[in-house]
Amino acid sequence: MTEREPPKPRDDLDERLSKFRSERDVATGRNRFKTDSANNGLGFAMRIGVEVVAAVIIGVAFGLFLDDWLGTKPWFMLLFFVLGSAAGMFNVYRVVRHQGGAVGYRRQDKPGPEMSKTDMDGE
Amino acid sequence: MATDTHGGEQHSPLEQFQIKELIPIEIGGNDISFSNSALMMVIAVTLIIMLMLLGTRKRAMVPGRWQAAAELCYEFVANLIRDTVGNEGRKYFPFVFTLFMFILFGNLLGMAPYAFTFTSHVAVTFAMAMVVFTGVTILGFAKHGLKFFSFFVPPGVPLWMWPLMIPIEVISYLSRPVSLAMRLFANMLAGHTLLKVFAGFVPALGAAGVFPLAFVGAITGLEFLIAFLQAYVFAILTCLYINDALHLH
Repeated sequence: MTEREPPKPRDDLDERLSKFRSERDVATGRNRFKTDSANNGLGFAMRIGVEVVAAVIIGVAFGLFLDDWLGTKPWFMLLFFVLGSAAGMFNVYRVVRHQGGAVGYRRQDKPGPEMSKTDMDGE
Repeated sequence: MATDTHGGEQHSPLEQFQIKELIPIEIGGNDISFSNSALMMVIAVTLIIMLMLLGTRKRAMVPGRWQAAAELCYEFVANLIRDTVGNEGRKYFPFVFTLFMFILFGNLLGMAPYAFTFTSHVAVTFAMAMVVFTGVTILGFAKHGLKFFSFFVPPGVPLWMWPLMIPIEVISYLSRPVSLAMRLFANMLAGHTLLKVFAGFVPALGAAGVFPLAFVGAITGLEFLIAFLQAYVFAILTCLYINDALHLH
């Protein structure tokens, strides 16, 4: 993250405020992903099914496009079908692990669950 | 249908999704007629603008009904952005708010009898999803330049896994607009079809028709929930995508 920092004291205050707020939210268990899934299990559940299908559709479409272009009829489609399924599984895995949208890995400021646990123990 | 002539005047549960031209317009060979879908969009936008104008007219310290409703919408979206993106997300409030209100009003207006649900058409939802997708991609490039491509390489993956992981991640990324569009349109389409199918059972079953009638009543309630929920999911995913573009991993 390369954030520009204009030398205005108010911006600094904003930043510190937001930092404080996010720390407070974490401390009080008001974690953003927790609230979102706990309050809205249904919305959460609705995301999952479509993710798999969408990834498979994109994979197959891309494979068919490559086949059409390179004249290798079934092969790229088959390959990308498998890749698309894998991508779909990854999507679901990420949604379930509260890692946000379709593509999302662990945040830099928010390490994986096992690491954050040791962090908490250390504190 | 030629094979089904004796079926008579049966109303198809899918008839409600038919686009009807209200004012035919054609410019340069392109059909840009004003349809019932466009009419519903105009109504939705008009209602949103009216709600916001009425709500912000007085700017009272103690909000009246309209102001409370407008503030409720505002705060809902503002909190959504704050919780998912953080403070840097404030810039994108107008975008998320517009999307949320448009989808919410589209879904809710579709629940009115005889109304047309424009969010039940994949053309509409996919257009919105593509706006989000291209916008977020441009935002990512503008913020991070070529470093944006590091997005497709998960951290901690050994080099020999890259040829496998990068295509998977690219597919995963490209599947975003598809899943975004499909979720909204499929939910609206399925819900409204279900309502009509079960409503069709009511007269067909005679006295026993009270059971499907009760079911339709219950499903209508559920549909209102889904109407809100889908707008919420669309908005929150937009926020998450903006968050991803702002903070690459």
